[in-house]
Amino acid sequence: MSFERIKEKLNILADAAKYDVSCSSSGSKRTNTNKGLGDSSGMGICHSYTEDGRCVSLLKILLTNHCIFDCAYCVTRKSNDIKRAAFKIQEVVDLTINFYRRNYIEGLFLSSGIFKNPDFTMERLVAVAKKLRIEENFNGYIHLKSIPGASDELMREAGLWADRLSVNIEVPTISGLKLLAPDKKHEDFTKPMLKVKNEIIQYKEEKKVLKSTPKYAPAGQSTQMIIGATGESDKDIMYSANHYYTNYNMKRVYYSGYVPVAEDSRLPAIGSQVPMLRENRLYQTDWLLRFYGFSINEILNDKHPNLDIDVDPKLSWALRNLNHFPVDINAADKRMLARVPGLGMYSVSKILKARKFRKLNWEHLKKIGVALNRAKYFIICDSHQWEKRDLQAYQIKSLILQNSQGKFRKNYSGQLSLFN
Amino acid sequence: MKNSKVLIYDGSFNGFLTTVFKAFDEQIQVADIQKNSAAQRGLFSETETVFTQMDKAKRVWNGIQKKSNSAIKNVYFAFLSETKGIELLLYRYIRNMFSTTDMLHLNFSDDTVLKISQLVKSVGREKHRMEAFVRFQLTQDNVYFANIEPDFDVLPLISKHFRSRYADQQWLIYDVKRKYGLFYDLNSVEIVSLDLKEIHTNSIRKSNAFTSEEYNYQDLWNNYFKSTNIKSRINMKLHTQHVPKRYWKYMSEKKEAV
Repeated sequence: MSFERIKEKLNILADAAKYDVSCSSSGSKRTNTNKGLGDSSGMGICHSYTEDGRCVSLLKILLTNHCIFDCAYCVTRKSNDIKRAAFKIQEVVDLTINFYRRNYIEGLFLSSGIFKNPDFTMERLVAVAKKLRIEENFNGYIHLKSIPGASDELMREAGLWADRLSVNIEVPTISGLKLLAPDKKHEDFTKPMLKVKNEIIQYKEEKKVLKSTPKYAPAGQSTQMIIGATGESDKDIMYSANHYYTNYNMKRVYYSGYVPVAEDSRLPAIGSQVPMLRENRLYQTDWLLRFYGFSINEILNDKHPNLDIDVDPKLSWALRNLNHFPVDINAADKRMLARVPGLGMYSVSKILKARKFRKLNWEHLKKIGVALNRAKYFIICDSHQWEKRDLQAYQIKSLILQNSQGKFRKNYSGQLSLFN
Repeated sequence: MKNSKVLIYDGSFNGFLTTVFKAFDEQIQVADIQKNSAAQRGLFSETETVFTQMDKAKRVWNGIQKKSNSAIKNVYFAFLSETKGIELLLYRYIRNMFSTTDMLHLNFSDDTVLKISQLVKSVGREKHRMEAFVRFQLTQDNVYFANIEPDFDVLPLISKHFRSRYADQQWLIYDVKRKYGLFYDLNSVEIVSLDLKEIHTNSIRKSNAFTSEEYNYQDLWNNYFKSTNIKSRINMKLHTQHVPKRYWKYMSEKKEAV
């Protein structure tokens, strides 16, 4: 094959695929049993990191960037004047195998612009996955994009070869979707999601009866939302995310700060800052919901439709609910420990184990790795020293901000920088 | 009171376990445990050399494992950290573990336990990094070859990972710092030592040890690496935090930066 031509295609089609955030390669249970190539039974691995600090775990490319749709937020939309290219099925297979053998990647993330119609496109994606699995005996990770509007039969087949399937809903609100992607209907996105969800449930049921039931999308499905393109509130985004977690059994919802890619009066102008801090706060909220036992209306509700920018969402919740504090480190249950600002789940687990041996004091907590600069206002432990002043929420907040540094602080500080 | 002793062993993990057995068995007051390559006599203690005995090592291994699976992992990982004084620290850890019926290795308020758990974390991180950062280059004789230079001696820990992943290709991972490697010949993994004329970092200079196709694929990969970067989100601090510079010379996508 001609490496020069492949190189050119790879540049175009990797460049167009990079706005998909998902790069996870974990959660699958595909072991290498047949002396074939690859194994995706363990944890995910990030093989490299780009200069923007994002993980490179999968070969993330589009099959083609030809597209019949004209979604305003998308770099490959029909009306955008860019170079177009398309891979042959065999080319994608060869690239994946050769990158995998050199330990560059964990597998393939294949998406595509929609050419002709959704089914025609989905068929090609499925063909790549099938070829990798059957002809190349490949057990690495495969993430396929479900093309909105693809038929149920194709979605079923896709799940048989892929480890994960995903549809990006991109715009969290239906009104936003109407504005930015007038050709697409909300149902086009949810239909494949629903199919995949039901197939996974069915697979789990059948597996109980017949152990050899072929795997169906063992790493589940995920979706992605663009942040900061349509003026939605944090509440809109997180309630929408919560909806997908509960109703479609999503493994992950990703949040992607909008990177302006085109001049369009409906969108932020080219050159506006990517809302990275907001993205970070949304991920923190996502984690609180999934691992820390918070429910969504505790963090975001009509009274607080947006997350605080200057402090993290857990601290922000604690400051609004000082009546739950101070928490006694040596007595509180796991649920309450997880709610203390400055305590992560690792610290919580260490505390729970260590306090069976002795009562813990400040020294112990510090060594365990608790972020005491935040935690100290919210806890008591085996010591006579604790925060005895009756501090108000705003006082605690300003004390914490004074005595800590944040990597994003300069972005929202009212203080002008002297040297800049 | 008995005199304290410095015990000297051959530097292997089994040697260390034998030493632990001996110390328990003969109730020796241990002043220190040292590798024979770096032994220093104490001023006030006698020294004794311990010879590795597999059966005794095995008994200690089984004894710890019976206490807890995570404890045996901790001992092995921490040992591979090659930290100065790790032997004595581990000896104390094991002794404490056997002295009571409590699960003392979970006592994170204890300094020894905490120190060990930190070392285990560092070694585990290095193991994971090696699973990620190894970059194979295809040699003329069809072996996928990689040089590494990890901070800790993690080769024994990554063997299984690569064996189950690359079951259908021959590969060789060689630690240039510790001068030994793992070779998989499609059936089993063997420990090998080589007389390498040069260290094969992923440099821009091409070597005729590798196939020409190899350089084409490196080229494609480097191109992919560049085009997948989003320039408006650049964050070099985060980048080097995830991929520390000491690994760069072995990674083909960073060869221009080295």
